[in-house]
Amino acid sequence: MTTVLGIEGTAWNLSAAIVDEDDVIAEVTETYRPKTGGIHPREAAQHHALHASNVIERLLKEYRDKGHSPENIDAIAFSQGPGLGACLRTVATSARALALSLDVPLVGVNHCIGHVEIGRWKTPAVDPVVLYVSGGNSQVLAHRAGKYRIFGETLDIGIGNALDKFARGAGLTHPGGPKVEEYARKATNYVKMPYVVKGMDFSFSGLSTAATDSLKDNSLEDVCYSFQENAFAMLVEVTERALAHTGKSEVLLAGGVGANMRLREMLNVMCEDRGASFYVPEKRFMGDNGAMIAYTGLLMFNSGTTLPIESSHVDPSFRPDTVDVTWIIDEKEVL
Amino acid sequence: MYLQSGAEAVVSLKDGYVIKDRIPKRYRVAELDERIRKERTRAEARLMSDARRCGVATPIIHDIYDFTIEMEYIDGKPVKYVIDETMCKLMGKLIGRLHSGGIIHGDLTTSNMIYSDDRIYLIDFGLAYVDGSVESRGVDIHVLFQTLESTHKDHEELIKAFSRGYRITLDMADEVLDRVKEIEKRGRYA
Repeated sequence: MTTVLGIEGTAWNLSAAIVDEDDVIAEVTETYRPKTGGIHPREAAQHHALHASNVIERLLKEYRDKGHSPENIDAIAFSQGPGLGACLRTVATSARALALSLDVPLVGVNHCIGHVEIGRWKTPAVDPVVLYVSGGNSQVLAHRAGKYRIFGETLDIGIGNALDKFARGAGLTHPGGPKVEEYARKATNYVKMPYVVKGMDFSFSGLSTAATDSLKDNSLEDVCYSFQENAFAMLVEVTERALAHTGKSEVLLAGGVGANMRLREMLNVMCEDRGASFYVPEKRFMGDNGAMIAYTGLLMFNSGTTLPIESSHVDPSFRPDTVDVTWIIDEKEVL
Repeated sequence: MYLQSGAEAVVSLKDGYVIKDRIPKRYRVAELDERIRKERTRAEARLMSDARRCGVATPIIHDIYDFTIEMEYIDGKPVKYVIDETMCKLMGKLIGRLHSGGIIHGDLTTSNMIYSDDRIYLIDFGLAYVDGSVESRGVDIHVLFQTLESTHKDHEELIKAFSRGYRITLDMADEVLDRVKEIEKRGRYA
């Protein structure tokens, strides 16, 4: 049995967890909530710095209280990127200190792959096309020939960011996504808005601006509804193309925006029509969480991947398709 | 018969014509769904005609309805089955002309090229768009090279032959081919 402690802190959630192959043993989370507006990178990093030692102490206490000893911990994993630079550096510093004091190796985890792997762990999905949607990221990923390839992604901002930006303009508080979803349910009309899919990529910044503009002539409810309909249809279309292209038969939804029920409904309909299976992990594993970093770190550690302290610098634009997926072995796959 | 249906459209043969029908998607609101299918049907037909004007052989369009294109059936073989270096050079010249005309095909594979009467016809413009950037051209060719690499064992020679043809019909060919190498390194699946 391998045990890994993982720390996530790429954006507004500071979360640490200890997992083994079977389950999450302990998890502690502190969330940064801006008083006004969206996430301020410096404030978020200060929040993480303020709470880091406290979160780790509480985590280790919870672990001990469950009858385990910290000596069982085999490695320390941390989210190396992508994310806000200041937040990443804060978390990396804690992870290095912890690895040195426990005298165990460090593992640098790609945040996007963390979302994918916890989904594969906590749902029956084996080899899915993954739609990963959060504030900063929007990607369609699938495993092929030793890497998680990006089949489609946003050309500008993440879908969550687009929703938040529009919501702030409409006078709604952060995070805007859940509020947009609520208003959308009360809509009576569909308003025409931009739909931008270029090849396998999508773009949201124009849609966000157009939605803000159309508030002048339409109700907030109708604009929220139409914004969602267009944005989600773009995501579902590219996911369907990736399914057709790869010949895979599973879809996994990951990331905080995956909590949206309309997005789930649309993906479900698409999968039904194609005869594919659709999987959504429970909510605690959808948004950013320490367990996904710990578990992905465990997979990497068990397949021989660790990170020397001297080369453990963070990478704010760390791409998932640069990581060698050493923990999945299937030589049958061909390009 | 080489006709194949994709995620977006159903393709069939009727009275000697190829019928490409964009099917409704239940996950989209009807109004949006119709708009997208109509716009794309029209865009595809237009780009096929534009490509022919650039000297790229494409099936002649017989009729267009809201979501349907009726076009000529090219009686030939997918290039996939008859590929050699001569064919690849011809392919290179063809794509060079398409790119010179500012059109990106978006799904260049050896299944989307039909060899007939000593000519290569380019089919399936469902993902095509207008763009003259080095990046878009590079991605277009990167997709084709990947197909060659995964399906033909002498792909290195084939890629060289393609490049020779591509340089004949496109002025900035070398810049694009350099970009292809860079895109390969990125490991990005386009």
